[in-house]
Amino acid sequence: MRAILTVENFASNLVLTFWTPVFVGIFIAILTYALWPRNKAMFDAAARQPLRED
Amino acid sequence: MTKQTDSVKWMTIGESGLTVILAATVFLSIIAAAKAEDAAYAFHVTLAGFASLASVFVILNRYFERGALPPQEIDGRPNYNFGPIKFAAVASVFWGIAGFTVGLLIAMQLAWPDLNFNLPWTSFGRLRPLHTSAVVFAFGGNVLIATSFFVVQKTCRTRLAGDLAPWFVVLGYNFFIVIAGTGYLLGVTQSKEYAEPEWYADLWLTIVWVTYLLVFLMTLVKRKEPHIFVANWFYLAFIITIAVLHLGNNPALPVSVFGSKSYVAWAGVQDAMFQWWYGHNAVGFFLTAGFLAIMYYFIPKRAERPVYSYRLSIVHFWAIIFLYIWAGPHHLHYSALPDWTQTLGMTFSIMLWMPSWGGMINGLMTLSGAWDKLRTDPVLRMLVVSVAFYGMATFEGPLMSIKVVNSLSHYTDWTIGHVHSGALGWVGFVSFGALYCLVPWLWNRKQLYSLKLVEWHFWIATLGIVLYISAMWVSGILQGLMWRAYTSLGFLEYSFIESVEAMHPFYIIRAAGGGLFLIGALIMAWNLWMTVRVGEAEEGALSSPGATLQPAE
Repeated sequence: MRAILTVENFASNLVLTFWTPVFVGIFIAILTYALWPRNKAMFDAAARQPLRED
Repeated sequence: MTKQTDSVKWMTIGESGLTVILAATVFLSIIAAAKAEDAAYAFHVTLAGFASLASVFVILNRYFERGALPPQEIDGRPNYNFGPIKFAAVASVFWGIAGFTVGLLIAMQLAWPDLNFNLPWTSFGRLRPLHTSAVVFAFGGNVLIATSFFVVQKTCRTRLAGDLAPWFVVLGYNFFIVIAGTGYLLGVTQSKEYAEPEWYADLWLTIVWVTYLLVFLMTLVKRKEPHIFVANWFYLAFIITIAVLHLGNNPALPVSVFGSKSYVAWAGVQDAMFQWWYGHNAVGFFLTAGFLAIMYYFIPKRAERPVYSYRLSIVHFWAIIFLYIWAGPHHLHYSALPDWTQTLGMTFSIMLWMPSWGGMINGLMTLSGAWDKLRTDPVLRMLVVSVAFYGMATFEGPLMSIKVVNSLSHYTDWTIGHVHSGALGWVGFVSFGALYCLVPWLWNRKQLYSLKLVEWHFWIATLGIVLYISAMWVSGILQGLMWRAYTSLGFLEYSFIESVEAMHPFYIIRAAGGGLFLIGALIMAWNLWMTVRVGEAEEGALSSPGATLQPAE
């Protein structure tokens, strides 16, 4: 029996096929952002945020 | 602030809107109480009616007595809103002690069943959800609301968004607790673990929770700091995910709008999967993400050291978020759930080792350059030991999710021991540490009434936890081994009741451990009360002076 192509199962197939690479891609992007050398100064300042008083 | 032209005063939209809605609720409650089909429902709508009526009076009184609304800033400094936080802090101590006491009672019921008193309201089956909800949602929930409202204001340098909304969140949440708790005692439950409250309590919690999300989000939106501090990310993940879990797990059709009973929309194995998707992520996002936010703010603050690695905190956050949501099926090993789903749950649980321990290392290493403070500051020690317990519990959890281990541990006291090493050691201690910091800050006190009492609390509670979890390990593994023991002829070696009998001494040890934990909490309550009553007032700023940093050694 052949599955009938509907918008719903096309969309669900698309999600099922691609969610792993998509999520891995997002995670790699996050890692890059976190480890990017130019962001270090900003993160060092953020690490001290609880210590700054007003 | 814009200049005040004259003394004409208007009700805010919140004040007038809430007054109208609550007044309508009073009338609806009267109708519902008259038409109620069961006594518990009648009791709850009556409570709702009185609470709405009282709220109308309080809102109107406040309106007539207030001048202009509180300013956003005073002398260029944020005018922080601490009132609702104070309420939540007090409520958390109250519910904590209530929840621990009920826990002690049910622990003793297991050792001495006569303590059920042969009454429906005091039976184990009704008191057990009262205990779990009281400690998780009432104690833990109030700690999370209090600390999140504090941390988001301080790290965004802005006053909490909304005028009545923060109060609505705090009071509305505690009203939900009252409805849920009294419901359990009266036998109202939809029989979903950690999601026992019936449909009307669920609807109310939805309204309160969405308001919580809006207050938190709008405070972030009007922040004065460009960067959103990592603790706020954890709080936000906690608030959003709990909303999604609550809505996913609880769709139900009431038998009548005038009765407490409802039927959950999900059925069979789908219901089981929804339930443990909810249940495990309540652990992941309520008991973990929310309290990790506490770790990321309160440990640096107390140790006066920056977060060890802010980069790691970002990776920690996203790894936890990506992985936790899939771990639920490990609660359903060897059930009707498809095998691949069980294996998926197990695999993701094992992967969680990495972010959990990454986060633990980040919390512990924040003490670099300040390790000596562990000797002198029992509050910091409590916070740090909580992180150590977090590491222990998150090592044990993935281990227990492995199918072969689970075949021994499931349905035994090992699970109870595991949960309590996380709940007492991690959630309990990090909450106590946060409360010990928060109360002097909120009430503008120089320091706690007595650090010596904190020492007593720390050691008594630690001893209690050790007794509790070691008793449950021995009892659980004993139980599991007895259940699977066969004779040479292939018969079960032990009857069920023989395994129950074997557990008796461990139940007594466990109750003793719980008793010690309760004594520790009572010491804390006394200490915090005395801090507020007789503590020396802090001059000027409400935060600790001398925050100049020493370089790491």
